[in-house]
Amino acid sequence: MSLPETITEKPEGWNRPRLIEPQGEGELLEVAMGPHHPSTHGVFRMDVALDGERVIRLKPVFGYLHRNHEKIAEGISYLASMPYTDRLDYICPITNNWAYALAVEKLVGQEVPERAEYLRVILGELTRYQNHASSIGFLIQEMGASGTPLMYAFREREKILDLFEELTGARMMVNYMRFGGCRVDATAGWLDRTRKVVAGLQGFADEVDQLLTSNEILMARTQGVGVLRADLAVNAGITGPMLRASGVNYDIRKVDGYGIYNRFKFRVPLGDHGDVYDRYMIRLLEMRESVGILEQALKDIPAGPVMDPKAKIRGFRPKPGEAYGRIEAPKGELGFYLISDGGPNPYRYRVRPPSLINLTVLEDMCLGSDIADVVLIFGSVDIVLGEVDR
Amino acid sequence: MKTVEEIKVAIEAAVPGAVVAVAPNPSPCGQHSLRLDAAHAVAVAAFLRDDAELRLDFLSNVTGVDWPDKEIAEKVKVTRTVTKTVDGVEQTAEETVEETRKRIEPGCLEVVYHLYSMEKKLGPVVIRLRTVNRTDQAELPSLTPVWRSAEFQEREVFDLYGVVFAGHPDLRRLLMWDAFKDFPMRRDYKDPDDYEYEPTAHDEVLVRAQAHKDREQGTATPASKDCSPGTPAANSEQGLTTA
Repeated sequence: MSLPETITEKPEGWNRPRLIEPQGEGELLEVAMGPHHPSTHGVFRMDVALDGERVIRLKPVFGYLHRNHEKIAEGISYLASMPYTDRLDYICPITNNWAYALAVEKLVGQEVPERAEYLRVILGELTRYQNHASSIGFLIQEMGASGTPLMYAFREREKILDLFEELTGARMMVNYMRFGGCRVDATAGWLDRTRKVVAGLQGFADEVDQLLTSNEILMARTQGVGVLRADLAVNAGITGPMLRASGVNYDIRKVDGYGIYNRFKFRVPLGDHGDVYDRYMIRLLEMRESVGILEQALKDIPAGPVMDPKAKIRGFRPKPGEAYGRIEAPKGELGFYLISDGGPNPYRYRVRPPSLINLTVLEDMCLGSDIADVVLIFGSVDIVLGEVDR
Repeated sequence: MKTVEEIKVAIEAAVPGAVVAVAPNPSPCGQHSLRLDAAHAVAVAAFLRDDAELRLDFLSNVTGVDWPDKEIAEKVKVTRTVTKTVDGVEQTAEETVEETRKRIEPGCLEVVYHLYSMEKKLGPVVIRLRTVNRTDQAELPSLTPVWRSAEFQEREVFDLYGVVFAGHPDLRRLLMWDAFKDFPMRRDYKDPDDYEYEPTAHDEVLVRAQAHKDREQGTATPASKDCSPGTPAANSEQGLTTA
């Protein structure tokens, strides 16, 4: 599937959700799914209008977890926002740190030492692996296989979180990156233990593959469900595995080559149909590619400092200006937009949350499908409410 | 990739009447931006999306920025004629005095769009739109018909900054509840006095807690009860009961 040739030829309103007329004489049933629904990923509500089992209308309702992260960040120094970024997408705190550090480094023109870049890649890919693993676990859970498959995913995730804990002192709230490097260096022992864990990761991907990929129930529930067209995905700003499942070749690791990603060999898996099954498959294949990047990075990691000795830590006041830095987070494009007025606090601090923007097309994907599939489609978007509501 | 100056020339050639200004960015990352006029913004956006060379088909990020009214104090030297009485004789003399004059530079609300091209793998191109002022003319054209990804993000800017997007298909609050009246991300926003403060060691919070307690018990004067008409305090109380 390729990008549309000319968008101009499309009729007015092509990118809006289509209108579905109810069939028969029956009354419409309006259901508020959430904010406390067992299958939502947090406090999130969908106002659904149903014609029998069929979804006629769906409006997402946000804000239950809103704490105005951006306003808080305008009142504190640049570095003080670093631990707050852990709490955005709390499944992948390392990539949040990375995106924020990258944006500030762009703002002030800060270089990062080579060893720190390698550590960032290692931790970033471990994060991607555990995010995709738990995301697949959640998907199976939402299909009705309660508990056990999710625990399989969490067993693997826990091995990675143990590595995070050993290096940074915390399993999830890591607060690890700094502007111009990383907070602490990895010991040789830590790198050895990481190599050992990474050696087992491909095996877990095989296990998932064997159990699920050609599983009849999974195929019946997910194939052809929640289809997202490539042209709509691009227009709606969808990023990450969801975009690539629709067949658009856009991975910021390849496009921007931020950090040292151009040094590694990896492939970008692409889907054909853009349904829930493709999204599952893309995540599984990305896990395998992440293991490949990890093996290369762990082989090549050089010695040296992890923090630029010239980096300014105290009295950090960027010159007036602005910068937008973005990375390929496990859920999509995570960007930070900063405006500095020369003071110690950012004048404007904006998070571009992939989870929120990927939900733009939730209604388009759910319209006309059964209410039971809505839960699955929602799960395949892979969101974290800490990032959606900020 | 084209520089911002080249893009400016291309826009002016393609959309007649469009006013485009380059807003330079002194930061080392060199992401300069283009300031568009609101009247032609949708036409320019459609051009940027469909132009064969640019193909900015991906709107990544929409940001609201608040630039409040600035009071600028300037020292001006003024010469005036003064009549003085010296030794009983009236004399006129020229005298130069330094005066401080204050003028108010009107603020505005700004919306910043970051565009990329997924097809050409280019970007970012930054465009900015400004409202006339921050109160009654805070309206801008919505770019949601051009890029769907602006839908939730423009709703968020409307919610937190109060920019009204004309032509948005579903302009409602996104994060705050519908009955909420104020705009929390504006720089002159004041916290509503609608919650109890926890016992704390911070003096500033203790003072506010005491003030809140006084108001609750009705010991405060009625004038200070509602800070001023239309304040967040009054509004959000109303909001809590209806929400």
